[in-house]
Amino acid sequence: MPSPPHAPLRADPLTRGLGLFSAALGVPQVLRPAEVARALGVGDAPRHRTATVVVGVRELVAAAGLLGRPHPAWLWARVGGDAMDLTLMGRALRHHDGRGLQRTVLSTAALAVVTAVDVHAALTRSNRKETRRPMELTSTTTVTRPPEEVYAFWRQLDRLPTFMAHLDEVRDTGGGRSRWKASAPFGKSVEWDAETTADVPGERIAWRSLDGADVPNNGEVLFLPAPGGRGTEVHVALNYRIPGGAVGKAVARWFGEEPSQQLDDDLRRFKQVMETGEVVRSDGAPRGKQAREEFPQHPAHPLTDDERAEALA
Amino acid sequence: MKANCWISPNTVEVTEVPDPSILNSRDAIVRITSTAICGSDLHLLDGYVPTMQKGDIMGHEFMGEVVEVGPGVDRDKLRVGDRVVVPFPIGCGACAACLADLWSCCENTNPNAGLAEKMFGHPTAGIYGYSHLTGGFAGGQAEYARVVLADVNPLKIESDLTDEQVLFLSDILPTGFMGADMCDIHDGDVVAVWGAGPVGQFAMDSARVLGAAHVIAIDDVPYRLEMAASQGYTTIDYSDTDVRSRLLELTGGRGPDKCIDAVGMEATHGAAHVQLYDRAKQAVRAETDRPHALRQAITSCRSGGIVSVIGVYGGFIDKFPAGAWMNRSITLRTGQCHVQRYMRPLLERIERGEIDPTRIITHRLPLSEAPHGYDVFKHKQDHCEKVVLTP
Repeated sequence: MPSPPHAPLRADPLTRGLGLFSAALGVPQVLRPAEVARALGVGDAPRHRTATVVVGVRELVAAAGLLGRPHPAWLWARVGGDAMDLTLMGRALRHHDGRGLQRTVLSTAALAVVTAVDVHAALTRSNRKETRRPMELTSTTTVTRPPEEVYAFWRQLDRLPTFMAHLDEVRDTGGGRSRWKASAPFGKSVEWDAETTADVPGERIAWRSLDGADVPNNGEVLFLPAPGGRGTEVHVALNYRIPGGAVGKAVARWFGEEPSQQLDDDLRRFKQVMETGEVVRSDGAPRGKQAREEFPQHPAHPLTDDERAEALA
Repeated sequence: MKANCWISPNTVEVTEVPDPSILNSRDAIVRITSTAICGSDLHLLDGYVPTMQKGDIMGHEFMGEVVEVGPGVDRDKLRVGDRVVVPFPIGCGACAACLADLWSCCENTNPNAGLAEKMFGHPTAGIYGYSHLTGGFAGGQAEYARVVLADVNPLKIESDLTDEQVLFLSDILPTGFMGADMCDIHDGDVVAVWGAGPVGQFAMDSARVLGAAHVIAIDDVPYRLEMAASQGYTTIDYSDTDVRSRLLELTGGRGPDKCIDAVGMEATHGAAHVQLYDRAKQAVRAETDRPHALRQAITSCRSGGIVSVIGVYGGFIDKFPAGAWMNRSITLRTGQCHVQRYMRPLLERIERGEIDPTRIITHRLPLSEAPHGYDVFKHKQDHCEKVVLTP
């Protein structure tokens, strides 16, 4: 799905206001850099004038973006520009010769206020929908076994951790309820209770976490007969509400947790278990379901006894 | 145990590594009696295949005796003491690809399938000793090897054929045969084979066995062309002959009916400027493979003919002659060999004396001299065609 247009930003007074503000600063900075630099109390040496023109051009670009094609990225660009300006003003303050010092201090204070407004605007206008929307993951595979058999394997929840990388343990606690334990980024682990919300033998299983889960989630697996008698299409859809919203997701990705790839790999291992009996190990990826965490891998030669014990643990 | 390991581009070394052990319940451990260096090992040696790591054991052509089997191995299929040839692609025998006899496209045996999928669109089978992209499995240029899913892959040798007669069932004989098989050869067909290395030689033998009227070998290495000529094949030396004109001459202007590319990604070209163009693009990673043989096969093939590709490609090519291919109704058929499909029928052909795989062996070395074997094979010194190693 293409990213949603940010039509609301076009009518957003704060976004428009910041766009006009950028334009109002940029025009004199580009046309009259010497006067602007003097007004800021930073002197009008050629390097000061050059810096002022550069900042002015940046302001005009931001203005064009905010007024012409509004997008949260332009608000974040303004925040970046503010950081740059604060650095420049900080340097001007440190190396100040005393003339017009008061004007420089006042300009810096004004800049700090503008920065605060920009940060507020960027935070509140970014991905307003996405932060509230749970992370949706889908993946699918085809297994050369009849739907009844594939369903029956998945239905035994305690087997899920044999192929799902993040799951440490799933226990059936009776009455359609289960206790889940999973590893989370930064070596943490999360636990939650879940209830089965749909269970149609040979066709469909769905569940959702109960109140109080650290990472509220729900999921569904469909088992559809593949055309031409080729077995079963397994369609998985998971929804997670990651703490920290978009920022939490970005941080998780930065640390190598690509959720959609994880789910694809989980299903690949599910297929291996269904079709060959277990997760296939190699010398390079001896730990089965943790294969993705291991690049660069163990060299493709046999493990020592210690390495083997650890890999099979 | 001792094993021949990849150290860095252009360097392999025989070093001491731990003995293999059972990691999956359907594994077996094989004591290797014979192994070989493959032309595709040179792509690894030269550094053209990504994801090689220091210490990776090389080799995907090996055979030996089963010395241990995991608890999950079907004893009716494999037992300790069996003499086996191990196919280089690892199949599972249970996924849609294996069930369709497309073993090298097995959907279950590559633990690094996510990586392979990014490279190829869909993952391919695990391969012994052939980078982490194909799973990170230790290879067979060693004293022992772990064989995966051992009750569906290895071929038991129950007759008294020698190692040298059956070793090449692991890769190059079925690969050459598949090159000819994909050509769908009819009586009277003229088959041109680019590359007179080991796989090319076996593709020529297979084309003849399958009924080709005339087989043409194209290469620039005199002793390899002589080897082909000694079997009765017509030869073209591309270093001093315009290949397309000569092929037209030899076929009454029609072009070969079927063309086999047994060269792959590191082809060289008779014209220096064309060679330089692709070498330069490859060096700056603007293309990963040098496809001279493939281009020439497509433009030379008769209209409506088949171009069968068994030479290995890994990435992307430039200047693919799509116009010739499309407008002249040329069929392109490809694949890493589905070895398990061909092993048994080829064993029977060897037993009947229809094919003599030993004819290409020029060097027999102990495993400890593997680096020297790579050297003479790569630089085509000492008339090297095929190196067999014994641990």
